[in-house]
Amino acid sequence: MERPKADLAYVVKKIPQGPAFPTGQLHDISSGMRTFRPVIDTEKCVDCLRCFLVCPDGAVDKSGEKPQVDYDYCKGCGICARECKLKAITMEKEAEA
Amino acid sequence: MALNAKTITNEELFYGHKACGGCGAALAIRLALKVLGKRAITVIPPNCMSTVGFIYPHMPMFVNGMIPPFAGTAASMSGILAGAKAQGLKDYYVVGFAGDGGTADIGLQSLSGMIDRNDRAIFICYDNEAYMNTGVQKSSLTPYGMRTTNTPTGQHIHGSQTSKKRMFEIVAAHGIPYAATASLGYLEDYLAKVEKAKNTDGTSYIHVMTPCPTGWGTPSDVTVDLAKEAVDCGLWYLAEYENGEFKLNRNPKEFTPVENYLKGQSRFSSLDAEDIRRITAERDASWARMRRDWVK
Amino acid sequence: MSEKLFVSGDEAVALAARQAKPQVIAAYPITPQTIVVERLSDFVEDGSLKSEYLYVESEHSAMAACLGASAIGARTFTATSSQGLLYMVEGLHYASGSRFPIVMMNANRSIAAPWSIYNDQRDSLSQLESGWIQLYAENAQEAYDMVLQAYRIGEDPAVMLPVMVNLDGFVLTHTYELIHTLDQDKVDAFIPHKPFANSLNLDKPMATCITAGPPYNTEFRYQQHVDTLKAEEKIEAADADFGKLFGRSYGGMLESYRSEDAEAILVTLGSVAGTARCVVDAYRAAGKKVGLVKLRCMRPFPAEKLVAAVKGAKAVGVLEKDISCGFEGVVYTDLNSAMKARNVTVPTANYVGGLGGRSISKEDIGGIFDALLSGKLDAKNAEFINLRRDLCGAEC
Repeated sequence: MERPKADLAYVVKKIPQGPAFPTGQLHDISSGMRTFRPVIDTEKCVDCLRCFLVCPDGAVDKSGEKPQVDYDYCKGCGICARECKLKAITMEKEAEA
Repeated sequence: MALNAKTITNEELFYGHKACGGCGAALAIRLALKVLGKRAITVIPPNCMSTVGFIYPHMPMFVNGMIPPFAGTAASMSGILAGAKAQGLKDYYVVGFAGDGGTADIGLQSLSGMIDRNDRAIFICYDNEAYMNTGVQKSSLTPYGMRTTNTPTGQHIHGSQTSKKRMFEIVAAHGIPYAATASLGYLEDYLAKVEKAKNTDGTSYIHVMTPCPTGWGTPSDVTVDLAKEAVDCGLWYLAEYENGEFKLNRNPKEFTPVENYLKGQSRFSSLDAEDIRRITAERDASWARMRRDWVK
Repeated sequence: MSEKLFVSGDEAVALAARQAKPQVIAAYPITPQTIVVERLSDFVEDGSLKSEYLYVESEHSAMAACLGASAIGARTFTATSSQGLLYMVEGLHYASGSRFPIVMMNANRSIAAPWSIYNDQRDSLSQLESGWIQLYAENAQEAYDMVLQAYRIGEDPAVMLPVMVNLDGFVLTHTYELIHTLDQDKVDAFIPHKPFANSLNLDKPMATCITAGPPYNTEFRYQQHVDTLKAEEKIEAADADFGKLFGRSYGGMLESYRSEDAEAILVTLGSVAGTARCVVDAYRAAGKKVGLVKLRCMRPFPAEKLVAAVKGAKAVGVLEKDISCGFEGVVYTDLNSAMKARNVTVPTANYVGGLGGRSISKEDIGGIFDALLSGKLDAKNAEFINLRRDLCGAEC
C-alpha cells in the first residue's frame, strides 16, 4: 500500500512563528466518518482502475496487482462501488464497534 | 500521452482531508494536482477545500499552499508568480481552486485583473452551485429553482430566481489564452483540460462542475454520475475557448430529460411542472445560442 | 552614489524604495500617493529598479498580491492612502498575522464621508489594531530614511512583521525639501535581503496563512503580540545603527525636544511636529518652559518611554489629526492608559486638529501651549482647535 500514513502520536510542542507549517503531514485519519466500507472482489476486478480514478479521497491505491483500499482514509462514500462497471465492489456495513 | 486512470500517477497530493464523503470539489483538486505535480503551488481562499485542507497541524495538502483573502485569490496568485519570477524560480505551476463565490462573486474583480495581466497561472473554479462552506447559500452560479438556505422554497417562491452567471463566457470575453468548462462526469476530458491549462503560456481557466452531496441533497455515491447527467441533459456543457475561438466539445443531438437529472436531488424537490418547463426552455435557448455562435 | 536632491515627500519615498530593491511592487494609485507609484514605474522603465511591477486592479488586490509575493519569500513594497488603506484592511491583518515583512507607505488622508483628499491621520490611526508596525515621518529626509529602516526592522527574523511608513498627505507628500540620499552599497549592507524562514518552498513545501482552531489560535496571537512588543528594541536599534552609519537618527520610538524641564509638553506625530518645534523655540526664547514629544512609532506603543518623557511636566497635551467619534482621539487614549498604568497623574488634554486638510498654524500650537500653561485643562472632552464654531449650529 503506497499511501501517506498518519502520525497519530504527534503532539504540538511549540507553534511556529506564524501560521506557516511544513505541509503534507497527517495527524488524523478519516475512517471515523464511515458507515459502510467498500470491499473489492479481486476475482471479479479486471484492474480497470476506475475506482482509483473516482475516489475523492484518493483512498484506492493502484500500486499492487489489483486496487486496494486504504481504510484509514476511506470515508465509505460509495462512489467507487457505484462506478465499478463489473459490480466488483460491494459496500458492507462497518462492523458494530 | 492520454491522461486516464492507468497513466496518471498513483501518488496522492491531496490526501487525508476532512471533506464530506463523496465531495466533488475534493476529487477535482485531487486529480488536478496529479496532472500539475509536486511543484504546484495551490492558492485556495476561505472555502470548503481550504477549510478541510489546512487544519493546523494536520496538513493534507502535499504541495505548497496558501489561503489568500477571500476576494483576492487571483491577486495572491499573481503575487506568488511575481515573487517566484523575481527570485528566478523555475518549473512550478501556480493554481487557484476557488468555488462559486471565490470565482464569480467576491473573487470576480481579482480574477478579472489576473486575466487582464495574462499572468501564467491556472484558475480552477469548482462549481457546486452555492456557497457551500458557509452553509449552502445562493451564489451567482446557483441555478434557477435551487433551494438554498437563503433562497428557501415555499408556497410563494421556489428557490433561487436567477440563472447561472455565464462565467466561462465572461472569462473568455477577456480574450484569455485558454478557458474550458468541464465535469466530473467526464473525467478524462477534465484531465486533458488541466494538462492544456498547464501548458498555456499565460492565464488559463477551467470551470468544472463538482456536485456536492451535502448541499444538493444527494446520496454520497452519485457525485460522478450526477455530474455526467448534468452534461447529458444539457444543463451543463463541455466547451473550450482557445486561440480566440469557442468550441463545443460535446454537442449531443438529443438531451436526456432534465427531470431525470433534477428529481434525485432534494435541492430541486419543490420544482413544479412550470419550473421544469422554464428550465427546459432556458436550456434550449442556451444551446441554440451556443450552437449558433460556437459551431461552424 | 549619495546625492543632494530637492524632492517631494512622495519622491523621497520612491527613491528609498528603489534603493531597498523590492522584488515585487503591487500598488493601486490613490491621491496623494500616486507620485510614489509613478516614480517607481519610471525607475523600472529606465532600468534603475529591477522589480516585478504588478498592475493590480484595486488596493485589496494590491495587498493580496503582496501577501503572495511575501509568502514565497520576496521583498515587497506597496503604497496607499485613506480609502485604499481601508479597502485592504483584511489584508493588513493577513500580513501581520502571517508574519510577512511587507513595507507599505501610507499617505495620511482623511476618510469619506464626507469625502476629502486632504490630510489627516484618520486612516492609519483607525488601523492600530491591524498588527502593523506604524511609523510616522516628520519631513522628507526622515521619510526616505524611514523606508530603509522599515526593511531593517520588518525583515529581522525575530520581528517578521509588516511596517507602515506614514507621511501626511499633501503637507508632506507634495511639498519639496532637500534630502541626502545614500550610497547604494551602504544601503545594501544595511538591509540585505535574506531568505524568510517561513516562506513557501519548492523543495520543502509549506502551507501558509493556515487555519488555527481554538486549541492554538490564542498562542499564535500571543506570540504576535509579544513579538510586536519586542520590536520596540529593534526599532530603537535600527535608528541608532542608522545614526552611527549615516549620521542621521531620530530618537528611535520617540523624540523629546526641549521637554526635560518643560512645564507644558505637546505630544504629537507626523509633519506637525516640525511646526511645533518652531513654536517651542519661540516660546522658550520668551522664557516659557514648553517642550515637544514627537511620537515616531504608534505600534508598538512606546508606553514606558512616553510616560517617562512627560511625567515631569505640569500639563501634557496630545495634538492629533483624528477623532474616535463618541469618545476622544486614539493617541490621547493610549497616552492616558499608559500613564494610568504607571500611576502618573499629570493632567492631560486632547486637541484634535488638521481634519480634512485644515492647516495647523504656529498660532494654533501656541494656543495649545497657552492653554496647557494656564492649567485650565478639560481632560474629558477633546477640543477641536481652529473650529469654525459659527458654522456648527447652536449645539456646538
